[in-house]
Amino acid sequence: MATQKLSELAKTIRSKNAGVDLITFDIIFTERATYERVKRAGVLTRETVCKLYRIPPERISDFVEFDPANAIKFTIYRLRPSGSPGDPDIFGAQQYAPLLDIEVPAG
Amino acid sequence: MRSLRIICPNGHLGFAPIRVDSFRLGIAARPDYIAADSGSDDVGPIPLGTDTSTSPLAWQTHDLEHMLLASRELGVPMIIGSAGDTGANSRVDLYVGIIKELAAKHRLRPFKLGYFYSEVGKEHVRRRMRAGETVAGLEGHQTLTGAELDATERIVAMAGVHPFIELLKAGADVIIGGRSSDSCVFAAPAIHHGFTEAHSYYLGKVLECASFCAEPYGGKETVLGEITADAVEVTAMHPDQRCTVASVAGHAMYERSNPYFEHVAGGTLDMSECRYEQVAEKTTRISGAAFRPAAEFRVKLEGAGRIGERFVGMVGIRDPYTIAHVDEVIGWARDKVRERFGDTGYELHYTVYGRDGIMGELEPMRDRPGHELCILVQGVAPTVAMAEEVCMTGTRQMFYARLPDVKGSAGSVAFALDEVLRASPAYRWTVNHTLRCEDPLELFPTHLTTAGV
Repeated sequence: MATQKLSELAKTIRSKNAGVDLITFDIIFTERATYERVKRAGVLTRETVCKLYRIPPERISDFVEFDPANAIKFTIYRLRPSGSPGDPDIFGAQQYAPLLDIEVPAG
Repeated sequence: MRSLRIICPNGHLGFAPIRVDSFRLGIAARPDYIAADSGSDDVGPIPLGTDTSTSPLAWQTHDLEHMLLASRELGVPMIIGSAGDTGANSRVDLYVGIIKELAAKHRLRPFKLGYFYSEVGKEHVRRRMRAGETVAGLEGHQTLTGAELDATERIVAMAGVHPFIELLKAGADVIIGGRSSDSCVFAAPAIHHGFTEAHSYYLGKVLECASFCAEPYGGKETVLGEITADAVEVTAMHPDQRCTVASVAGHAMYERSNPYFEHVAGGTLDMSECRYEQVAEKTTRISGAAFRPAAEFRVKLEGAGRIGERFVGMVGIRDPYTIAHVDEVIGWARDKVRERFGDTGYELHYTVYGRDGIMGELEPMRDRPGHELCILVQGVAPTVAMAEEVCMTGTRQMFYARLPDVKGSAGSVAFALDEVLRASPAYRWTVNHTLRCEDPLELFPTHLTTAGV
């Protein structure tokens, strides 16, 4: 079976400020089985996030697999606090786009 | 008291008006308290720096009016946290004034109006630092220095439940709070009535954003939270919304770095053992929350500092050769600003839409720019005149950039506007730190007055 994109599997893929120095990312699945499949596939980990966003591991403050919500969540440090001049995304709301095309192998 | 019920109609009162129909359903359920948070640091450092609200007065008044009338009609207390977006002293005074005017307008019978301030004077912080106190940085910030304190315009402290409880003990019918943790607006009355800290803080956590804990998605709708000795239940009031295990657990993650821990003044709510259970069509029950008191009472401080006046300019680029060399075009314009103003004393920012405008250094596709680019130029400097000239030079000189092999020799960029526009002054978050306090009320003086006729 072919791979599927994360955007086809997740109900919600979002990013948002978590305070003024952090941006947090939530990937939420409706079905427990889909969530488990993505976890098993190892396509969404600290390492893959660092590679995708081209950041060193120390830019990630938290990485959590949150079973009660069928969700994978990670948080990264901003280089400058939100709303500083030149910050193009004051709410951190449009930083999730690269996650949409992550390829997930068939279960 | 066996259970306590609180309704929350809005997750950021004033930012957008409450939806009145579900609020009326919440009122019909006869809650014991009506409460909402009115603050956010998402709006950036400018409101705190300039001592203004980002929310329009009409929307703030609209929500306060609905809540006040319902509160007086039911005879139950109303609580607002982080008045006017920032919770600064002027915002508390603004809301206290609105409440008094509304009470007079509707000829409400006299009631006790409690309020507390959250601003912390720079000199107070400086004295503590000189006395050897460490003002510890949060989330990557270094320990606060004298220079960063000097650069700060205004500081607010983040209250916990303590000033709210103090005012409830004093018999306040309406409370207007300065800057405070969202969850504490709801946790305070629950703790005041003897419920456990763990469930009280969880009640606050789940209610703080109103209908964001319900599905389908729809903001500004009322939700009702009920706390008992061993659990919290949350119910959506809108006829088409439900609080489900997925929506409530999903909300536990929202806008926070970690879904398991919520830090407040005095301790940490630990949600790692929480159990979620659908107990009715619109209601989810949560149990298993824990509260870990902090070894030291530390209060979070937020501060904003002014950088300068700001102008913005905008240019477009269509020539693929110029697009491929856009950094050299920007470099040319930066050099011209440098020739005029030197290396420091101003800021010049270029945001290249069509390449990496939204994500900057995080953009994986920055080596594949689009066939046209829009570049936003921001010039920031101490005076209006200098900011305008920095921005004008940084924008117009892109037109004259000299690229070795460009075919077009009549101008390197396109102007939709051959001018630069004055924007709001530039501020930055200077303080995101914590300060140790001996007394939980030390930074939050409370006051009690009367409103109504």
